[in-house]
Amino acid sequence: MSKNEVKKSTGSNILSGLLRNQICIPLAALLLLALFNLIMDPTFFRISLGHNSLGNPVLTGFLITILDNGSELAILAIGMTLVTAASGGQDISVGAATAIAGSVLLRVLCGGNSRPETLQAPIIVAFLVSCVVAMLFGAFNGALVAYFKIQPMIATLILYTAGRSIAAWINNNELPIVSDRTFTYFGSFIPGIPIPTPFFIAVVCIIIITLVMKFTNLKLYVQSVGINDSSSRLNGLNPELIKVLSFVILGLCVAVVGLIKVSRISSINYSVIAKDIEMDAILAVALGGNALSGGKFNMAASVLGAYVIQFLTQTLYKYKVPSDALPAYKAIVVILLVVISAPTVREFVSGQWKKLKVKEVG
Amino acid sequence: MKDGSVLEMRGIHKRFPGVHALQGVDFTLRKGEIHALMGENGAGKSTLIKVLTGVYSKDEGQIFLEGNDKAIAIRSPQEAQRLGISTVYQEITLCPNLSVAENMYIGRTENIYQNWRKINSDTDKILKSLGIPANATQQLGSCSIAVQQMVAIARAVDMECKVLILDEPTSSLDEQEVAKLFKLMRDLRAKGVGIIFVTHFLDQVYEVCDRITVMRDGKLVGEYPIKDLPRVQLVSKMLGKELDDMADIRGDQPAYEKGDNTVPVLEAEGLVSDAGIKPFDFHINKGEVNGFTGLLGSGRSECVRAIFGADRVTGGKVKMNGKSVKISKPIDAMKNGIGYLPEDRKIDGIVGELSVRENIILAQQVLKGFFKPFSKSEQYKIADEYIKLLSIKTASADTPIKSLSGGNQQKVILARWLFTHPEYLILDEPTRGIDIGTKIDIQKLVLKLASEGMSVTFISSELDEMLRTCSRLVVMRDRKMVGELSGEDLNQSKVMNTIAGGDK
Repeated sequence: MSKNEVKKSTGSNILSGLLRNQICIPLAALLLLALFNLIMDPTFFRISLGHNSLGNPVLTGFLITILDNGSELAILAIGMTLVTAASGGQDISVGAATAIAGSVLLRVLCGGNSRPETLQAPIIVAFLVSCVVAMLFGAFNGALVAYFKIQPMIATLILYTAGRSIAAWINNNELPIVSDRTFTYFGSFIPGIPIPTPFFIAVVCIIIITLVMKFTNLKLYVQSVGINDSSSRLNGLNPELIKVLSFVILGLCVAVVGLIKVSRISSINYSVIAKDIEMDAILAVALGGNALSGGKFNMAASVLGAYVIQFLTQTLYKYKVPSDALPAYKAIVVILLVVISAPTVREFVSGQWKKLKVKEVG
Repeated sequence: MKDGSVLEMRGIHKRFPGVHALQGVDFTLRKGEIHALMGENGAGKSTLIKVLTGVYSKDEGQIFLEGNDKAIAIRSPQEAQRLGISTVYQEITLCPNLSVAENMYIGRTENIYQNWRKINSDTDKILKSLGIPANATQQLGSCSIAVQQMVAIARAVDMECKVLILDEPTSSLDEQEVAKLFKLMRDLRAKGVGIIFVTHFLDQVYEVCDRITVMRDGKLVGEYPIKDLPRVQLVSKMLGKELDDMADIRGDQPAYEKGDNTVPVLEAEGLVSDAGIKPFDFHINKGEVNGFTGLLGSGRSECVRAIFGADRVTGGKVKMNGKSVKISKPIDAMKNGIGYLPEDRKIDGIVGELSVRENIILAQQVLKGFFKPFSKSEQYKIADEYIKLLSIKTASADTPIKSLSGGNQQKVILARWLFTHPEYLILDEPTRGIDIGTKIDIQKLVLKLASEGMSVTFISSELDEMLRTCSRLVVMRDRKMVGELSGEDLNQSKVMNTIAGGDK
């Protein structure tokens, strides 16, 4: 909205304008969850300063855990948003691809030796290799979607099924353990800094994608291709390339999450690492009010959506919902959130609201 | 209600945020008449129709329908249908993959059990009685567009409709198909159905209609029997001007010079694409307006698509300003200074959810490159400049293009290509489905651009427009180039003869 319009509009118009803004959906969900916790048990918000086993000062509390785990989700949500917008579908292989990225990282760090005394390669080299591999897998998914016109969910089902065994195969089905302490920094804390590192990594990713969207045409191209493939082509775009590009960017996000995940335990568990994370990442995009059928997107809303999903998970943990039952509870809440944010419901509500107003005036 | 009228709308008001779309409109439809509803884009005719069919709810006013004592309330399209108000839209809203009979009866029965044999024979009876050339069991998609449209009308008639609304039914039909449709409309009129006919084609209005209601800016201008309202007056009432703009524009086109020594801006030799056209030769000079004409499906769009690289080019040579170039993708053509406004605005033109501003800058932005985005302030400046230049009616530069009227959407796409400052601009049906005022604006603009040195190819289904703007016409028949007319030969009868094939 331009400054001019803001001046003209009255208070209620500003409010309704805000309400129409996409970011309100995850924000409202966040407020609702926060309010629930505030009423039920305000200790949810307690943050305390303690020391971890290494003697470093660390902050603990539910909010810190949300920041910590939500950051992985936020990073994936960035890529998932682009894939959703460009292809009108979702990548369900990000969990399996995270396993592959993590496995490649360990393979390079340990050099085929499952218990190396020292690192066989610098962390940065290992990370870059895992980035390249993850981006290649992203390009594979993207090519299936863009050139062979396979529905994204079906195309990525291939990697979803095969990914974890590929990950195990990369390390000959062994579970390498990294003993180097600096490697644990990425998934936990840097000595002296009491805030979990994944949060900083997420912030860096968010800044990078913001800058990329500001200084390139990524957003315009992705949205254009997602809304109207054929018209984009006639405007000189290469829709296939842009779809592949969105999958490659998601691959990069996957590699970053792989680093965090592997760093947390200095090892890997092929069948458990990043399990079901694809569903949370897709939910983050949906909760951010982005159409899962592609087109326009709001990156900030997706990222906020990711933290809201984690907030929800953490709330459920707090009330001792058994981990087996967790998805069921989550599903209920998610259905509610998604239904509320559905355009038809919002239109209905705003319609009712208008009627009420008219009655008041009349 | 007066005797003989089937529908009366009195003092209808409809307000949208910021727009008073209908301001006390009256409308009367008599039994057994074909009534044209005319108006420019934004005059409020679509809104009026949507109020009548229950898509929008009216804010004020009353609607009376024959057979109801009191004013009726129409809350949904289903309710409108139950009351006997049926609509056939410009786009076919039936299911092409089902059979004709299935389409006729879909959604009209609550029973799970269907006697298909009876339905099929009933359908055949109806089709026969209306003279529609189709079989009940035929798949709808295998019929021509005109027949599909007639099936939609048959469906409406079979639901015992009293009021039949035809919203731009002829815009994708060729002449013979239109003739068939008109015959059906006259038959229905004889049966006492009241028909509301919305169209942009003046010829068609004068061919079938009994009465005309004209709207402008959300208000009723008046209702006239057809014989009392000559064409020129109709146009001036629609535009709200006493000027005859149509005459104004005539004869402005630059004369086509046959000089052999000038190097053409674009020269194509044996160009052919995978869209099924025969190889063709083509050239256009600087500052020239030429046109491709021919019946629907004659291959005129396929020719320009091949020039722009929109279809896969399979052979031929292209030279620009004497230099040989390779155009295999739209971006190649754009880099060589060619712009292309596609035939199908919705599918190939607009990027619906994006704003007017983004739609305007899109092509030039792609040319400029991925790493060099226009800044927000530059974008607004450009958008505002073109909104003013082409007088695009939009709430703001940030309005999504899909919420604009058709004519204004077309102007945005035009702005997009003007902003790329092309040397050669291809306009494929730029005037389809838009109001007369905008049509004239676009024709004037084409002539102005040509006088400034741009080469333009202008394609239109309306021969009048082509004759008015083009100095040379390429005639297509059956996907083949069959002739080229210029100078003295540029007249209606000569073009018609060439299209039809002189030997027939």
